[in-house]
Amino acid sequence: MLRVNDGFSSRAGTRVAIPTLAGLALLAVAVLVGTMIGPAGPQWWRVPIELLDRLPLITIDSGVSPEQWNIVWQIRMPRVVLAVLVGAMLSISGASYQGVFRNPLVDPYLLGVAAGAGLGATIVFTLRRSATETWWIDPLPLAAFIGGLVAVFATYIIGSAFNKTRSTATLVLAGIAVTALTTAIQTFVLQRNNDVVRQVYSWILGRLSSATWGDVRLIMPYVVSSCVVLLMHRRLLDVLRVGDEEATALGANIRRVRLTVVLAATLGTASAVAVSGLIGFVGIIVPHTVRLIFGASYRRVLPLSILFGATFLVLADIPSRVLSDPAETPIGVVTAFFGAPFFLLLLRARNNRS
Amino acid sequence: MSTLGFCNLSIAYDGVLAVNGFNDIVHSGEWLCLIGPNGAGKSSVLRAAAGLVDYSGSVAIDQQEIPTTSAKWRAQNIAYVPQTPLMPDDMTVFEFVLLGRNPYIKHFALESAHDKQVIEKVLTRLDLTPFTKRMVGTLSGGERQRIVIARALAQEAPVLLLDEPTAALDIGHQQQALELVDDLRRERGLTVVSAMHDLTLAGLYADRLVLMHQGLCVASGDARTVLRSETLAEFYGVSARVHHEADGTVVVIPQRSINN
Repeated sequence: MLRVNDGFSSRAGTRVAIPTLAGLALLAVAVLVGTMIGPAGPQWWRVPIELLDRLPLITIDSGVSPEQWNIVWQIRMPRVVLAVLVGAMLSISGASYQGVFRNPLVDPYLLGVAAGAGLGATIVFTLRRSATETWWIDPLPLAAFIGGLVAVFATYIIGSAFNKTRSTATLVLAGIAVTALTTAIQTFVLQRNNDVVRQVYSWILGRLSSATWGDVRLIMPYVVSSCVVLLMHRRLLDVLRVGDEEATALGANIRRVRLTVVLAATLGTASAVAVSGLIGFVGIIVPHTVRLIFGASYRRVLPLSILFGATFLVLADIPSRVLSDPAETPIGVVTAFFGAPFFLLLLRARNNRS
Repeated sequence: MSTLGFCNLSIAYDGVLAVNGFNDIVHSGEWLCLIGPNGAGKSSVLRAAAGLVDYSGSVAIDQQEIPTTSAKWRAQNIAYVPQTPLMPDDMTVFEFVLLGRNPYIKHFALESAHDKQVIEKVLTRLDLTPFTKRMVGTLSGGERQRIVIARALAQEAPVLLLDEPTAALDIGHQQQALELVDDLRRERGLTVVSAMHDLTLAGLYADRLVLMHQGLCVASGDARTVLRSETLAEFYGVSARVHHEADGTVVVIPQRSINN
């Protein structure tokens, strides 16, 4: 009996706590490395010394000039923090979408966020020639955000209008239809304004290069509240794993769970897309990596996706700034280039073991 | 200890009636077995009681009608074991059985120590403790069936619904599963309603059989009353002999048609 008790009490606690601590440590290292490396600025080893110096009660001479510190604080730091927010958001959204749709291939862009945001951004790029720079607010993230939300809203309306059975297939199909339509409009607009094609494509491949503290402030509330709401659903997403019918028979209100999770994940994703463009692959690869290593319960998958997603994107951003210096390599290229082989290796290791 | 009542229960799929005015009262601690050919409406009756299909009429527990709006209340009173449960391969046995506590947990809360104690007791009762950490995907058919029953028991509901509980099992495991249900029923005073195809097994374990045909109840009573070769010929279109053993067991033996 005692042995049994141990088996139960240790599960719930340590199974999440240890990987969470490990994830936090990894993220801290990644953030530190991310602030140390870059094409311009102080020598890399001076940065941690300067950071120590800035702690209260500690005075060390790091030899970092105020101009160099400016590069670290105004250019690298917001970029790293934005990578943390976007990586965490895309990963937990992907995991949540995979949960509510019970489909491992689903990514946060499933219901048309990406295509809607892309259309919004394209319209802004075509209008920008007529001097939107003088506007009081940068229209690009705003248009992407609104475009993404409108597309998902359309998907939801169409999906539930035709959905007499309780299946999710209709919603997914509606997402595909809305994505196709939106992409068609975007292509049409691009055809007529082919001078902005390059800008639009570099936006679509994702970028963190123009990150400012303003971007961080802009998306922070959405990302934090969305992550909190999704984390609160971790037990219910486990209930949904046995399918709609059995979850209902077990007393779960699946419609309410699905609606809240989709709304929270979409809002967070739309805000991330608005400032970073479309960074592919993170929302699929990070949750699956977490599942393969730590098990498939959403009590582990959701919190660990936040930590490992943030770490992954911070690390992916480093080659993105130094690889083709002085130019930027789009971060979407880096995430796919390093993420795909790593994922395949992990999948192989897993299959060999079992 | 609860009585399960069906009053004028009707279920239609796309306008076609699957169950047409079904009435029955299953007494506390009774085992009722629904039999009948495919499409007779057996599963639909169970699914209505579990809240999985829309129905007209009412389902009541101790004469209190189940509100269609509260899935939690229903799940605290009725546990449902589906014919082919969806069991994620990468879920541990403990995680799977723990889902049975969902009706008692507030929307955003997590399981309490009491919930875990309940699971512990259920797993011990069903001799499943060695499986606690195993992945569901690595289990055999008989083990899976026991785990689904464990999840239903974790719901601590007085009414247990079983849809074809023996469909995927060999003869030995069929007997084990049904004996287990019967023991649990006697220990806990559960009211059991099952849908079954094996008529001999149905007659062996159930207190009462209800024969359904085209959504209607056409015969009700003990095995000797319901399992008669004329009745089976009429509603199943089968040619079968019914043999009465000395101990009261009713055995249904299918016969080859003479034309062959």
